[in-house]
Amino acid sequence: MKVVEAVEVAEHPMESILRMDRIPHIWCPTCGIGTTVTSFADALERTEIPLEKICVVSGIGCTGRVAGYVKLDSFHSTHGRAIPFATGLKLANPELKVVVFSGDGDIAGIGGNHLIHAARRNMDMVVICVNNFIYAMTGGQVAATTPLTANTSTSPYGNFEQPFNLPHLAASCGAVYVARWTALHVRRLAKSISEALNKKGFSFIEIICPCSTIYARRNRLGDGLSLMQFYHDNSVIKHGANTEELDIEFQKRIIVGKFVDRERPTFLDAHNAWLKQRLKDKFVPYGGAHAD
Amino acid sequence: MKADPKGVLTGEHYLDGDHACAEGAIAAGCRFLAGYPITPSTEMAERISERFPEVGGIFIQMEDELGSMAAVVGAAWGGAKSMTVTSGPGFSLMMENIGLAAMMETPCVIVNVQRGGPSTGLPTLPGQADMMQARWGSHGDYEIIALSPNSPQECFEVVIEAANLSEKYRVPVLVMTDECVGHMTEKVVIPNADEIEIYPRRYTKLSPSEYLPFKSEEDLVPEMVKAGDGYKIHITGLTHDEKGYPVMSWETQEKLVRRLVEKIRLHADEIVHIQEIDLEDAEVVVLSYGISSRVAIPAIQKARKEGIKVGQLRLIIVWPFPEKKIRELAKKVKAFVVPEINYGQIVLEVERCAAGKAKAILVPHGGGWVHDPEDIYRAIKEAVK
Amino acid sequence: MSPGSDGKFWRKPLDYDKLEIPHGEIHIIKERCKGCGFCVEYCPKDVLELSGEFNTKGYHPPYVVKENACVHCGLCEMICPEFAIFVTEKPKEEVKKVES
Repeated sequence: MKVVEAVEVAEHPMESILRMDRIPHIWCPTCGIGTTVTSFADALERTEIPLEKICVVSGIGCTGRVAGYVKLDSFHSTHGRAIPFATGLKLANPELKVVVFSGDGDIAGIGGNHLIHAARRNMDMVVICVNNFIYAMTGGQVAATTPLTANTSTSPYGNFEQPFNLPHLAASCGAVYVARWTALHVRRLAKSISEALNKKGFSFIEIICPCSTIYARRNRLGDGLSLMQFYHDNSVIKHGANTEELDIEFQKRIIVGKFVDRERPTFLDAHNAWLKQRLKDKFVPYGGAHAD
Repeated sequence: MKADPKGVLTGEHYLDGDHACAEGAIAAGCRFLAGYPITPSTEMAERISERFPEVGGIFIQMEDELGSMAAVVGAAWGGAKSMTVTSGPGFSLMMENIGLAAMMETPCVIVNVQRGGPSTGLPTLPGQADMMQARWGSHGDYEIIALSPNSPQECFEVVIEAANLSEKYRVPVLVMTDECVGHMTEKVVIPNADEIEIYPRRYTKLSPSEYLPFKSEEDLVPEMVKAGDGYKIHITGLTHDEKGYPVMSWETQEKLVRRLVEKIRLHADEIVHIQEIDLEDAEVVVLSYGISSRVAIPAIQKARKEGIKVGQLRLIIVWPFPEKKIRELAKKVKAFVVPEINYGQIVLEVERCAAGKAKAILVPHGGGWVHDPEDIYRAIKEAVK
Repeated sequence: MSPGSDGKFWRKPLDYDKLEIPHGEIHIIKERCKGCGFCVEYCPKDVLELSGEFNTKGYHPPYVVKENACVHCGLCEMICPEFAIFVTEKPKEEVKKVES
């Protein structure tokens, strides 16, 4: 048994985009959230948007901690309110590109109302929803996305509630870009995030992500690696699939891909165009960040 | 600095309190308002939705008050002067994010047009029963500033004062009006823009490598920054150190929360705005705020006519409570008479500060209307016995 | 490198002689590794295995078992949740050195 002594650490290419003074992060071994952050960092490297203009807003939860690790203007707001916080941030300074990076419980559970309205209004933001099927940070309670029959700490006899089909929800509420990938699909995910960053309007990307310590363990699925192997063998890429067919059943096939990519005026565009038309010369468009 | 003339509706107007609050917001430079309709505050949002497109503001009616307050905090960090307006039930919903604003030290203004409560209560009738909630509404230890106007003219002025205080102390500030003041129409004189003082946001001049979002000098108020300027800040609602990074330890908690609280307490003597009438020879002081202060006037006049030396102390800034003034007065007067449209909220503060040296006599009212001045008069007579 | 050994071609591609197969140098930041095994599992060239040694946290970091087999695809770098592995381009001279 040889113990390796701590040696001088070589510089990982992602270190320029991470808050290295807070690494190592808090996520468990074989948790997939770190991998999603790598895909995000890859997309950030390729984007032409200057990094000072990109903001990350997270809610509360395991994925909510992402805001604390990326070296961008990042905000760790209250549970479920990342999307309205991001709305305020974006409207106050329309030059910003706002990315909401949060979990399924935060975005689709407590934050459900904000999700549907922001999609309806086509607020210009990218919402990355990391779905590990539970409320992981608080110990693995049942969530709005937990598959039927799964065991969680508040559904100890198995979940009997029908979960959300998130891409369908986002698409039917008006999102202009809807995609789903798993944490395993690192390159396709990075490409999706790139596309969403460059797109105007409400983009929603769901990432199916392994939770080893709670979801995998409680359901006797092994660890994060076994879940990744499951994604490998059971995810089917179907671009443009009908979002109604994207339900996820417990340990059954997962359909991934880009499902919606359309154009619609954003809230701000509609606001300005409409009021200009109605008020003509009396309309004064919002001048940007103005508190000084 | 002075107000932007584009937003100031200089002249004489007949406005109700809600409308005057809207004009005050615009004159103060507010160009972002996220709100949700709730009686009796809706008129402020309605006026804003009409006026903002003419002055370059953005109004968004959010899906609920939770989202409204979150958007207000987000907008402030985006560099906007942001405000919202609500009433009792909405105020309760906003509490978590008011706490977030206090923790993130975000300048913003929340107007609460109080109505009969609790719960749905009396949506179209006045109340003053949210005063303690203003101070203690969100969980945890923090301090805010709360103002209470008693006329539409004062609504206009107080919203500007609230915006200035929020910038000066990097704290959410509440404007606690009530349905009576909100819905009464009176003459409001709006001065020229160059007569309106605006406290500018305390943006830092330090470079990104030097700046720390929560480091302050002796005044305990850190300098502000906004997203998009390259400072790469991390702002969290978790207990954090000066860099903004979450640190889970009691030492960090002690340092942070102590500063959040002391930030206001240290300056409490400066943050006093009261109106004193006839206090020099007073035996009894009628301490009131909001609409109750106007209802008290006929009672005070009747008592004065009978030779009772009654003075009036009106609170325009209710929180932080003017403890020093009450402690001083308690040594000289027999009693404080406190009419409020609730079952005893600010009177508790008066009692606490009087510390037994003077009586604190509550004239309560369940809400739904204003006091009968006779009740206040009777209390004054009781006080001098 | 000839077809069939680990290239697994069933016929030799027409431009095989002109192909420049990149080579990568793998850097493992052992102290950050939490032994998840993603890189080991998903390396297309099976270059990595979990080692028997422990880092100070008690995990088994990976190590390179097939020197020179890395083709600089970067999948390990992208799939590692701990930012503990990355790959840089190995200059051709160094590759030749090991082969000879």
